[in-house]
Amino acid sequence: MTISEQKALEKILEYLKDAASVFLVGCSDCATVVKTGGEPEVAQMAETLKANGKTITGTMIGEPGCHLLNMKRQFREHKAELDAADAVLVMSCGTGTQTAAMAVEQEKPVWAANNTLYLGQVERMGHFRELCSACGDCTIDRTFAICPVTRCAKGLQNGPCGGTTAEGKCEVSPDRDCAWYLIYERMKGKSLESLREYVAPKDARLRPGLFPVTPEGEKK
Amino acid sequence: MSLRPILQSDTFIITSEVGPPKGTDLSHVMEECKLLNPLVNGINVTDIQAAAMRLGSMATCHLIKDTGGEPILQMVTRDRNRLALQSDLLSAWALGIENVLCLTGDHPTLGDHKSAKPVYDLDSVQLIKAAKGLNEGHDMMGETLEGKPDLCLGAVVSPGATPLELQILKLEKKVAAGAEFIQTQAVYDVNIFAEFMDKVKYLKVPILAGIVILKSAGMARYMNANVAGVTVPDELIKKMSAAGAADKQAKEEGKKGGNVVATSIEIAAGLIRDLKPLCRGVHLMPLGWGHHVPKILAAV
Repeated sequence: MTISEQKALEKILEYLKDAASVFLVGCSDCATVVKTGGEPEVAQMAETLKANGKTITGTMIGEPGCHLLNMKRQFREHKAELDAADAVLVMSCGTGTQTAAMAVEQEKPVWAANNTLYLGQVERMGHFRELCSACGDCTIDRTFAICPVTRCAKGLQNGPCGGTTAEGKCEVSPDRDCAWYLIYERMKGKSLESLREYVAPKDARLRPGLFPVTPEGEKK
Repeated sequence: MSLRPILQSDTFIITSEVGPPKGTDLSHVMEECKLLNPLVNGINVTDIQAAAMRLGSMATCHLIKDTGGEPILQMVTRDRNRLALQSDLLSAWALGIENVLCLTGDHPTLGDHKSAKPVYDLDSVQLIKAAKGLNEGHDMMGETLEGKPDLCLGAVVSPGATPLELQILKLEKKVAAGAEFIQTQAVYDVNIFAEFMDKVKYLKVPILAGIVILKSAGMARYMNANVAGVTVPDELIKKMSAAGAADKQAKEEGKKGGNVVATSIEIAAGLIRDLKPLCRGVHLMPLGWGHHVPKILAAV
């Protein structure tokens, strides 16, 4: 799940200062679960913007917001509402906002209502945990399905630093578990052999941000 | 004198530590080094210690060479990627620096530039391995070097950390990667250290026990509460506390105090005496009290 949070209203109004009318876009997947761009949040945003003097030309929930072809199809269905809007506000993740910007046929400014935070687990309603950082080379087989690359603040692969507290917390914050402490607890009584092996540095080319990006508009 | 031959001898090794200033005035650091050079086998220079921005370790090490000292360059992986780390190792050697202590480094959120990007492209084990590779004449990609260093590589361990089994497992990796000496986190409880030494005796590497000079009872309590793996026994806190009270009373009576410093020296010297039979040496971390180190060593 892509975890996002809504930006401050002042920031959103600043984006929309030259727009009298706005078309709102949510997302059926992550932003719905995270409650930053589902039906209720989009409706709430419409009310808030109206209260701040904006006209809402229409709303739409992308299915999902990061699916380019679906978004193009849905935008065509909302053509009149988009034509009437001065700006598009997207309540999705960064991928969703960029997908909307690529999918919209009209020359409109497209703004992000949310900050995108991380890939996360939904622990329970409103509570999320970052467990994976998409390093492109999963090695959690060595560490009993606990990822030190993400859950250790320093991403250490060869064992803990000296900053683990007696309570098993990270030196960075008493609210943060030391990943290596968790690994150790899970492996207790079992062989530590898989931890003895030297782990080579990661290949940064596999990390987010470095994947080959197909040029925009390029057809298959 | 170079550190490596001393590590390979039977001599009891003493190293100390200085921290470069936040700014360009190195006069205090240089004075401390001139005082300590004849008494110690090496002087560590911290690398942006506690993630608080300051003058660099390499420049300071180079200037220590000029005073006739034997610098140990601390290098953390927090701030530089593998390109910069390897380049700095070559640069250090070119400047006459022979010893490098490889560490991960405190997280930026603990320092004074909390919004800095943490790099950690390598961890300490990977840095040691990369440095060993340079010594062998190749970089991390296997490219041959034109002229190679011969750095004496060190690493750290925290003997009081939890879980100790993982600390030892990582220490084992550090030694296998090429660490020639080990300096430890502060030791105050000799029994805990003795147990640790017993568990790692199979690792044939010189271990220098860390001594952080206790400056007050408050500092001891602070470390107990905030520094992972460090435990100052109550007995030492009581001694420092009594010395602090005696100094306060002396001040009120218009008399000269000096009890805190004397007690601090006595504690450090006592620790060194007790640790001497257990390990190959000690690493002093005076934290600004370098001028008291000669008295500590004289009292051992």
